[in-house]
Amino acid sequence: MGSYVLRRVLQMIPVFFGTTLLIFLMVYTLPGDPVAALFGEKAADPAVVASIKHKYYLDQPIWKQYLHYMGNLFQGDFGTSFTGRPVTDIMAGAFPVTIRLALLAFVFEMILGLVLGLVSGLRRGSVQDTLVLILTLLVISVPVFVLAYIAQTVFATNLGWVTPTVQNSYDLSQLMLPAIVLGSLSLAYVARLTRTSIGENLRADYMRTAVAKGLPRRTIISRHLLRNSLIPVVTFLGTDLGALMGGAIVTEGIFNVQGIGNVLYRAINQKEGPTVVGIVTVLVIVYLVASLLVDLLYAVLDPRIRYA
Amino acid sequence: MSDTITKDASAPAGDNSPKATPAKKEKPERVASLWSDAVRDLRRNPLFIIGGVLVLALIVISIVPGWFTDGSPFANGACDLSHSLERPSAEHWFGYDVQGCDIYTRTVWGARNSIIVGILTTTTVTVVGALLGLWAGWKGGVIDSILSRITEIFFSIPTLLGGMLIMSMLPFAGNAYSVSLVMAVLGWPQIFRIMRASVLSNKNNDYVMAARALGAGAGRITFRHILPNAIAPVIVVAAISLGVFIGAEAALSYLGIGVQPPQISWGLMISDAQVRFLAAPHVLLFPAAVLSVTVLAFIMLGDAVRDALDPKLR
Repeated sequence: MGSYVLRRVLQMIPVFFGTTLLIFLMVYTLPGDPVAALFGEKAADPAVVASIKHKYYLDQPIWKQYLHYMGNLFQGDFGTSFTGRPVTDIMAGAFPVTIRLALLAFVFEMILGLVLGLVSGLRRGSVQDTLVLILTLLVISVPVFVLAYIAQTVFATNLGWVTPTVQNSYDLSQLMLPAIVLGSLSLAYVARLTRTSIGENLRADYMRTAVAKGLPRRTIISRHLLRNSLIPVVTFLGTDLGALMGGAIVTEGIFNVQGIGNVLYRAINQKEGPTVVGIVTVLVIVYLVASLLVDLLYAVLDPRIRYA
Repeated sequence: MSDTITKDASAPAGDNSPKATPAKKEKPERVASLWSDAVRDLRRNPLFIIGGVLVLALIVISIVPGWFTDGSPFANGACDLSHSLERPSAEHWFGYDVQGCDIYTRTVWGARNSIIVGILTTTTVTVVGALLGLWAGWKGGVIDSILSRITEIFFSIPTLLGGMLIMSMLPFAGNAYSVSLVMAVLGWPQIFRIMRASVLSNKNNDYVMAARALGAGAGRITFRHILPNAIAPVIVVAAISLGVFIGAEAALSYLGIGVQPPQISWGLMISDAQVRFLAAPHVLLFPAAVLSVTVLAFIMLGDAVRDALDPKLR
């Protein structure tokens, strides 16, 4: 177990540096000069430009910039945005919002997705099963921004249950609707994955054995069927948590949630290199840790998997 | 596929259809393949028929949009501001947008970009991902480790964010081809993983050893023996991702980093309509509905292909 974890962590290192380097290169080779952009229409004083470039290390070759950035990163310094605000500051304002939004969406998709998948998987071909299949097919087909407008119209404009956009991004009850919209696509995938997985496992020998032993139905489903069927679902959910946090650009924009997606969208458009790289670095770490946890969870769910 | 599986699968079909029996006597090994079995399955699947008809119609619309509309949306005088935001009527089924352009005409002409992106991206992703996956799975060792780490790098970049960054670097951004390229760059790792896993599970099968014992070279074994046996899961995922890529193009165009005006894209039309959504919902709803139906058609097709090719679900 210990050596397995060590090997996985060692494998994560090149991925971490590769991803951050790739993003760094992309952001800092974007066309357009961010320092010149700071001056707007006015012609900039070359001496001032040079001093700003020196301050942000922009006068160095790109690989030196990257090493410098990484050196600071490991001391907890994510750099300063071109407007002078520390990137850690910007992230401290936006990440709590996105984490709440992503966790709400995650809980929603996990609980409802598992229930729907279980109901339709246990009764293949029934009315419930067909309903779940049609519902998930519809949710997968409708793009998230269309879904967001439909939700806004129905729940805010017609029913008046919520305000169309989020007024206070820290308020959990206001984040409910955006979270449901954000999680709906993954909900459909979770439901379908659970359904398929349960359908496969229902025919397994161990299920027949459990029934033959005379175990109560509840025990068979929760101890035997679910535990075996959950492995692919857990894999999906694990990688989805990172995707929910980084993929909320559209949903956060439509509902005016002041989270990472909004900040990132603005930062890319304004060529705010340090902010983009900082946020992506954190998202990459979240993704890597989540996929490590998923691998370790396998051993809990399936005792046949042992990490030597 | 191994003999046992193909024979099992073809046995009931041979009993049911009278046509299959004489054909089976002539060339028994041809009829029993996984692929002919899948084709027979597909023909009976209502999902495949509905999806297929819709997709065919969309392809015809995207090739010759002029058959379905009176005028081109790019023609002089195609838009008339005096019709701005007019509701749907008998002559103009979808109504007019804020510029006074006929929404039906624009929607029909917008199909082309969606279809190009869907087909081009899926083809590129499948070819690149499958070839690299075949290489990594077959060779193993250092090549496998390097390629696998590279795919992990691509996996850990959030898709939409990576799309925005790459798009702003491209010199020829803003058309269906650049959108396809960006999505292909971000999409190939998924196919790679599936192909690699599929090759690994096929590599140690007896038929590979038999081919090697008969003196087949590495190239022949990988392309003539392993590839046809390992490609089924890749085709399943590729078929479903067609619809997903069409949705992603709309999302990128909606964010203003995909297809650029004056070209027409459904995502762009939705983005233009969102400001006046409450006053004129039809401007948003018609392109959104057509987009959803298109994605739905491709996903239904993909689902049908999966049902036909995945023997576990039978």
